Amino acid sequence: MAAMFERFAGGLSPRTAILLAALVAVLLAAPLIVNDYLLTVLIIILYFAYTGQAWNIMMGFAGQLSLGHAIYAGLAGYVAAVLFTRFGIGPWLGFIAAVPVAAACGAIIGFLAFRFSVAGVYFAILTIAFAEFARIGFDHLDFVNASAGLFLPVAQYTHNDLWRLRGDPAMFYYVMLAATFAALALCRVLIKSRMGYFWLAIREDEEAARAAGIDTFRYKMYAVVISAAVTSFAGVFYAFFYNNLFPEQVFGISRSIEMILGPIIGGVGTLFGPILGAFVLTSLAESLNDALAAFGIDLPGAEQVFYGICLLFVVVALPEGIWPRLARRLGVAERAR
Amino acid sequence: VTFDVYLNVAVGGVLTGLVYGLMALGLSVIFGVVRVVNFAHGEMMSIAMYLAVVLFSVVHLDPLIMLVPIAAVLFVFGYALQAGLINPFITRPEHSQFLLLVALAIIIVNVLLIVFGPDARTVQTSYAYDSFQLGVLIVDAAKLYAGAAAIVVAALLFAFFRFTLIGKAIRACADNYTGALVVGLNVHRLYALTFGIGAACVGAAGAMMTLIVDVTPIIGPTYTLLAFVIVITGGLGSMPGALIGGLLIGLTEALAGLLFTPSAKSMFAFGILVLVLLFRPQGILGKRVT
Repeated sequence: MAAMFERFAGGLSPRTAILLAALVAVLLAAPLIVNDYLLTVLIIILYFAYTGQAWNIMMGFAGQLSLGHAIYAGLAGYVAAVLFTRFGIGPWLGFIAAVPVAAACGAIIGFLAFRFSVAGVYFAILTIAFAEFARIGFDHLDFVNASAGLFLPVAQYTHNDLWRLRGDPAMFYYVMLAATFAALALCRVLIKSRMGYFWLAIREDEEAARAAGIDTFRYKMYAVVISAAVTSFAGVFYAFFYNNLFPEQVFGISRSIEMILGPIIGGVGTLFGPILGAFVLTSLAESLNDALAAFGIDLPGAEQVFYGICLLFVVVALPEGIWPRLARRLGVAERAR
Repeated sequence: VTFDVYLNVAVGGVLTGLVYGLMALGLSVIFGVVRVVNFAHGEMMSIAMYLAVVLFSVVHLDPLIMLVPIAAVLFVFGYALQAGLINPFITRPEHSQFLLLVALAIIIVNVLLIVFGPDARTVQTSYAYDSFQLGVLIVDAAKLYAGAAAIVVAALLFAFFRFTLIGKAIRACADNYTGALVVGLNVHRLYALTFGIGAACVGAAGAMMTLIVDVTPIIGPTYTLLAFVIVITGGLGSMPGALIGGLLIGLTEALAGLLFTPSAKSMFAFGILVLVLLFRPQGILGKRVT
């Protein structure tokens, strides 16, 4: 445990530590300051920060481009929701049941792809195919109410029930905040580990990594399985936060794309990129919404057009993402690895 | 369900598959040469479909005639896109290219939504409900014309790459980038031409597609995915492969729609994709690259 903590906290410059502590303080105090609407926006930001962090393990660290990450969140959400609605089993036990399901799904996709050396664009499209397969499959699976959607009972609550994840937005906020920081800590531990260095070697040059004696198949498998397992919590959270699951929304390609926009905009392979990217993109979408409403523009799609233009601008102007540049500005850039 | 019903559905599927194949051919040409995966491919096809719908309602010209100007418009669009936006991205990592084209796809879908609204549009040709009978076989006239047009356009494209100097130059770029530079080819211009040609393919396919399906702003992503499935099934970068893949997926979808439910049909297409990727990752006609 001490060694784990040492690995997590070790090597943080005082400046980084102070900025991080300030951020944590602001985020902890946020529910006392903001209204419920903003708090919901913050929850969505944290949700995407978390899923982005999970995706980043696979793409940012090990260099395997997954465009179907919704499948892991979706499967986990369905497992937990079915256990809850059918057997009255709460979300935390549901999460424990969902992790192996998502991890196994990741293992199957990874095993099939890496065994047959499916890589690059082909691997990315294989992951889309699996997610689409799940979407259409669940659309026709009567056990989970098919395309009509699976609903969790929404009862009047008088107090926050953390054990059953029923409560006000502030409770959900703190749960997601804790999860986001847990994921950040896990990623830092992972990237500083022996396995992390192996992943970076594979990402940079897989042939060279293999030549250097790294069992690339095995470490790519670890990356997929860990990434899928981490993603699964987001799915459980989603199910209990929104109280409804539709295959179209849960497994859809647009869901997978949403998950990965944050880390790409923030900076692929960086620890703080997914968090920053989620923050930038979600607040961009929300403020576009407000701005258009303020100008009295009520065109369905207008918001999305501006959103697309902003994405285009960022990817053209900042190929590395926003975080690497911002980190240099703040003087907290990590030393070259 | 009797045998002739299967036969009729299969023939309809093959004809639709030819149009699918032409659409996928555009994607395959672009990837084969520029090595960029066009994640806005289906969205570009929906632009072409709306052009066909608008031209039909304004000047009442058949989509199969209008496919020439529509393909020309898409060519210009594709050329400008590659020359202006994508060229700096050809050496960037895949996720960066992906984001660029996804952003473009989001813009296209939503601009179409703003301009045309969410309702489905259609082209009512005079022959929309005609059919030909050959023994037990009943063939939709619209599908037959669309399939025939797809064969013609694909044949022209093959001829272009085989016999013209520009076509050969483009193939040279695809075969050996450095070599093409060394012999003095203007690779960036050829890339832009290639992207334009790929876009023209999907433009022509879009015009034909209006004879077969209705168009809404949100069909883009579905067809992008479908084009991927076809191209990878046939072999990414292989031109005959894209057509074969289109036929196979068209046939599969049609039969799956008949045997199970139409809404589950694309699950079988994805099933085929998974099988192909696992057992023949280079695709049916693709060459294995190491």
